[in-house]
Amino acid sequence: MKISTVIELTEATLVCGGDKTELMVERAFSSDLMSDVLTLDTEGLLLITGLANIQTIRTAEMADIHYILFVRNKKVTPEMAELAGENHMVLLATPFSLFKTSGILYKHGLKPVY
Amino acid sequence: MIIEQTYQVRGGDFAHAGDASSKVKKLLKQLDVDPRKIKSIVIALYEAEVNIVAHAWEGIIRILIDRDHIRMVLEDKGPGIADIEQAMVEGYSTASREVREMGFGAGMGLSNIKRNTDQMEITSRVGEGTVLTMVNYF
Repeated sequence: MKISTVIELTEATLVCGGDKTELMVERAFSSDLMSDVLTLDTEGLLLITGLANIQTIRTAEMADIHYILFVRNKKVTPEMAELAGENHMVLLATPFSLFKTSGILYKHGLKPVY
Repeated sequence: MIIEQTYQVRGGDFAHAGDASSKVKKLLKQLDVDPRKIKSIVIALYEAEVNIVAHAWEGIIRILIDRDHIRMVLEDKGPGIADIEQAMVEGYSTASREVREMGFGAGMGLSNIKRNTDQMEITSRVGEGTVLTMVNYF
């Protein structure tokens, strides 16, 4: 699924990484637990999370995750956006809940990790 | 080729937790190490760095990169681990609410470190601190 389709389906705003919206994600993982995210071994992953802090971006950096979708319009701080930019990430924010976001994307063909 | 690096880590400083791991990741990329190996190394190192921030008062990370392996030694001053065997059990955690709010403290760190390293050794003294040594081959 293209990032632009993720944006469209979840009515998301693009926080950073606007030059990468035509890139594809194959799978998604929804979690607020970064410890769990660090156990994943999946390429081309979209992380859907309600946890918006600098460690969310750090975790993605270490786990080679390039796409993060924050739910419930969680605020991305300038420090988070800067770190994401340094690591060439795409950050998105949707007003939808974690459950609704995951449901919509799953229904439209985005695959789960497990 | 031997590269040595040292990084200081402050307990409770979540704003900078991961800075050392990020620097090591960039260094390994420059050295053209296999990306999958880099991922395992930095995930183990990041888990360990977060452990210092979450549990200890201060710590030091020493990195030694040789031709075919990396050795990472994390030494902290802190409360130590009374029962290492119990701490290795997935789900066991003594993390504070603050740590859990950062998305950690689920009792998964040490087992994930073990999974991502070729060698791992922990020694600890209660009330003094912990030394974690990790080795990964390229």
